[in-house]
Amino acid sequence: MTVLLKLAGVDKFYGPIGQGVHAVQNIDMDVMKGEIIALLGSSGCGKTSTLRMIAGFEETSRGTISLAGREVQTLPPVRRNVAMAFEGYSLYPTVTVGENIAFALKAAKLPAAEVDAKVKEVTEMLEITDILHRYPTSVSGGQQQRASLARALIRDADLHLLDEPMGQLEPQLRTLLRGRIKHYIKERGLTAILVTHDQTEANALADRIAVMEGGVLQQFATPQTIKEAPANLFTGTFVGEPPMNVFSAQASDGGGQLQLDLGDGVHLNYASDAFAPEVRATLLARKDIMLGVRPYAVQRDTAGAEAQVIANQWLGDQSHIAATFARGTIVLVEHDRADVAVGDAIRVRLAPEDLHVFDKDTGAALSHGTHLA
Amino acid sequence: MNTTSPLERVLRGIAITLVILFFMFPIFWIVLMSFQTNATILQVPPSIFFEPTLQNYRGLITGQLVTDTSSLEIKFMGNLFNSLFLSTTSVAVGLVLGVPAAYAFARLKFRGSEDIAFTLLSFRFAPPLLVLLPLTIYFQQLGLANTYGGLIWVYQLIVLPLILWIVRGYFEDIPADIEYAYRIAGHRWWTTFRKIALPLAGPGIAAAALLAFIFAWNNFIFALVLASADKQPVTVGALAFITASGVQYGQIAAGIILSIAPTFALALYAQRYLVEGLSLGAVKG
Repeated sequence: MTVLLKLAGVDKFYGPIGQGVHAVQNIDMDVMKGEIIALLGSSGCGKTSTLRMIAGFEETSRGTISLAGREVQTLPPVRRNVAMAFEGYSLYPTVTVGENIAFALKAAKLPAAEVDAKVKEVTEMLEITDILHRYPTSVSGGQQQRASLARALIRDADLHLLDEPMGQLEPQLRTLLRGRIKHYIKERGLTAILVTHDQTEANALADRIAVMEGGVLQQFATPQTIKEAPANLFTGTFVGEPPMNVFSAQASDGGGQLQLDLGDGVHLNYASDAFAPEVRATLLARKDIMLGVRPYAVQRDTAGAEAQVIANQWLGDQSHIAATFARGTIVLVEHDRADVAVGDAIRVRLAPEDLHVFDKDTGAALSHGTHLA
Repeated sequence: MNTTSPLERVLRGIAITLVILFFMFPIFWIVLMSFQTNATILQVPPSIFFEPTLQNYRGLITGQLVTDTSSLEIKFMGNLFNSLFLSTTSVAVGLVLGVPAAYAFARLKFRGSEDIAFTLLSFRFAPPLLVLLPLTIYFQQLGLANTYGGLIWVYQLIVLPLILWIVRGYFEDIPADIEYAYRIAGHRWWTTFRKIALPLAGPGIAAAALLAFIFAWNNFIFALVLASADKQPVTVGALAFITASGVQYGQIAAGIILSIAPTFALALYAQRYLVEGLSLGAVKG
């Protein structure tokens, strides 16, 4: 696989360099040809700024962007050969939906028959064949969004940029289209970067996810790696639904056992061989750590530590139990209907292989399960 | 669902009628005056019954101002042509300069852009008389006094800020992403400006042009000071109606009718596009 897009030391300042808002901070990223990448993060994390720098709508304050073997950061958008679907759709209001979609192909003087065939293909995929003759302002937001997506996907560009491409769609349609869009992109060998704040979308569509926060690239890895080995506390708590439970803890050596003191009388004891020796050494050396555990990994066990149930919700296919635990709240997910009521005492066990340990000051991951990060 | 009661509707109708009467009556009266001689105009009490005459219009068009005591030359048609020429050319020049500038101010943030835009607006703050005296001297030295070119240049003080500020607002209302979408599909910014920004801001540009035209048309003081009779517009030319033998009300009325006719026609013509532009809602995200 060849590298199609390479961001090296990319910075974005709004305002003077070094003084203005530092929206994107020193991002390095390689995107392979044929990959689908998701930029995932909350509002204002810099994901859209990154996308717009790649497209050429925002000036790159520092660093280089190479696309298909040439440096493009100073080129105007027209010379970068990228296609983009905009969050605000941005269809041309003066022409029909069909003309909007075919626009770039017609501008590139493709034969009419070929244009028609491509329009038919992409609009059938997105289920908007019935609105092609209508004007953008006369169709719904969801239809406009799909038209905007079609206008981008139809193009034969080096790179396709999709900014929140499915935000306006109903959940059923979104699930259906996700599969189709992924197939469409993969079948044609296109490379796509999508910006989203929806982790389900990122997980379903992307080969790799770039998690961003505060303008900083937190982690760039496969969905599975991000779930199993989050690089830091932010990624750990941001990705995953319900979010990871996090407790501050102190590690100590309790007569051969590794003891984690979570406060409020909660002590977790692990056998000396529960963790790899280097993990054990690291935890004991750090002493003050942050302990994370995914809600679905929390087990109820009569030998576990006590927690007081404060809520129990049955979602139809799983139970979400919240309980006061140590100095905070712990959330458990169970796949059966849990027969516990508010006020009940339950006992929970945090298995060593499910623990994620983070540095208390930097948030960097120290260990995942029984091994070092 | 109609929530207004019949009484409310009647009252509203009466109120609208009163307002229309109040504003339209002077114009109606001027129309009547333009078909009368000074004698019937000045009779007390005034009457709306009289024998209509076209002599006022005839006088204006032939250029012979006939008063009770004498007859003198008047260049009203020349003035009318000057008004048309000066206003149209000024607005055209204003559009050529102002629309791209408005686009730049709306889309490009550059150092001092706000200051420049504000300076242009500030032309409207200063009383014209304040700048006229030095301007007269400059114009005489530069040979611009009493030339169309000089007047059109000075008229930019009126039309350019108007066009710039109104059109800028319309450009700012167009989501930048529409232009980006066009640019990323393989067009340069100049094509994007012509094919996307200009058509979408069209109603705003029309409104600004109309307003600028009216302001230019109504200008009095610049042409009074900077031009002599053969270059003066109707606003200044109308002074000729105040003659030694009295004010020629009939001809003034006819002159008013003739001089509001072009702006009136333009407004009627443009109204359709203005309303269309405002109700299209074309530039919503």
